[in-house]
Amino acid sequence: MIGAIARREFKALFATPLPWLLLALSQALLAWVFLSRVEAYQSQYQPLLVTLGSGYGATELVAAAFLADARLLVLLLLAVSLLAMRLLAEERQAHTLPLLLAAPVSSLQLVLGKYLGGLAFVLVALLLWAAMPLSLLLGTALDLGRLAAALLGLLLLAATLLALALWASALTARPGLAALLTFAAGLLLMVLRDGVVGADGGVLAYLGLLGHYQPFLMGQVASADLAYYLLLTGGLLALTVRRLDALRVQA
Amino acid sequence: MSSDILLQAQGLERRYGERLALAGLDLTLARGEILGLLGPNGAGKSTTLRILSGTLPPSAGTVRLGGVDLLARPLAAKRRLGYLPEVPPVYADMRVADYLTYCGRLHGLKRQRLLAAVTRAIERCQLGEVRHRVIGNLSKGYQQRVGLAQAILHKPDVLILDEPTVGLDPLQIRAIRDLIRELKAEHAIIFSSHILPEIEALCDRVVILNRGRAVYQGALGAPASGAHEVLLRCARAPQAERLTGLPGVLEAAALEPCRLRLRLADAAAAETVQRAVLDAGWGLVEWLPLEQNLEQLFVALTHGEGAA
Repeated sequence: MIGAIARREFKALFATPLPWLLLALSQALLAWVFLSRVEAYQSQYQPLLVTLGSGYGATELVAAAFLADARLLVLLLLAVSLLAMRLLAEERQAHTLPLLLAAPVSSLQLVLGKYLGGLAFVLVALLLWAAMPLSLLLGTALDLGRLAAALLGLLLLAATLLALALWASALTARPGLAALLTFAAGLLLMVLRDGVVGADGGVLAYLGLLGHYQPFLMGQVASADLAYYLLLTGGLLALTVRRLDALRVQA
Repeated sequence: MSSDILLQAQGLERRYGERLALAGLDLTLARGEILGLLGPNGAGKSTTLRILSGTLPPSAGTVRLGGVDLLARPLAAKRRLGYLPEVPPVYADMRVADYLTYCGRLHGLKRQRLLAAVTRAIERCQLGEVRHRVIGNLSKGYQQRVGLAQAILHKPDVLILDEPTVGLDPLQIRAIRDLIRELKAEHAIIFSSHILPEIEALCDRVVILNRGRAVYQGALGAPASGAHEVLLRCARAPQAERLTGLPGVLEAAALEPCRLRLRLADAAAAETVQRAVLDAGWGLVEWLPLEQNLEQLFVALTHGEGAA
């Protein structure tokens, strides 16, 4: 049941031009970002690193820096905002939700199906993006463990944002509003750390999405950070299930 | 026929905030039966069907589908249900056969059974020539038929159709009617419409809704063997109990304080009642025998308020 919903969701996404365009444009934009990082590394950092005899290399200064790039994060946010338009808001707008509500499918199955379908799309986007830092392997050695940790971090971040998008999508029948809600809330969660005085940043920094992303970029997979993302994702999915139950009552 | 009750609803009530959209509706439906839900726009037809389909919980009351409580065990009950909402719930970007396959999966059909069910539904709804076309590009009539195919796909016990012929041309309407008649043998069907001839052509029984209340429930087309119904209007509110006691009065139901619906055994009873009304000084204003003519019934029951 969950599989059927997820599969339809994934296929339906690729039935319209928007996701294709998003994949193509984000790939092109990020290629620019990536190549400028490579260029900077070759012309500026590499000679410096050799002179200093530093242990740093392309993994830190190109791959990890690319995955931490604000432009990449904004594109990720844009992608999940686009998904927020589709997942549930569009079903409500097109009057197709009764099909799912009248079928022997529980709210949880419905939410998980939608979520996994969206996650499959996010995974495609992330794989395409990850191909760029991985392409460095053609010319140099990379710290694969560290890169894997960073990519896991990015996947967790994306999975959490997607749960946020699904919830926003359940909140309103207007796709545009769902997208805006996702973008605003996602951005807020990302910038919570900014402007907070002190090295640790206190509670706000702890709540922020990016504070838990940094350790992954440095190759640390800490259970506290894993738990943070998984709990937040689970919580948002639970909120979506509740919202859907409430919709059955009102609608 | 009455032994195989597939749908049973009791005391259904639905409020939208302050507004009472549906009040105290009881329904039963057996296999092989078609029940028509009739009423002016806003009478509560769609609300009723949404409650019965489990997409909208009632504020009060119970629904049992094939003996399973819809509110207590929604998933088990919904397996017995096929539902076509007012707007057919079709995905514009999918192809007809893919869409039906997806709907079958939602109902837990797999492999051979799924394939057979889709093929059968396509055949029954005459969708063969459009099976590989994108639904969004089909005409309204075809989309409606795809919606109907979705509802009958998993051979549900109970089929709930909300205005299934809206937006169709006369030929398509006839095709849908024939299909509904054909489906009657295996399913219990309940459908709504505000088109009177349609209900007359198809239904065994009819429920007329007005302002959220069932103002009439009864069989259609059954010959009135002596017994007949009368709509009585008085100047002053009559006491229904006193009329029920009279010989030949089978039933007296108050529609409004001054309006009663009477079921009388024979012509002699009519005289008895009229005399009783006059004797009691209630002031006989209107005496309208209801023939088994749906239109007359409908107009009398739903448009009486303005005058009363």
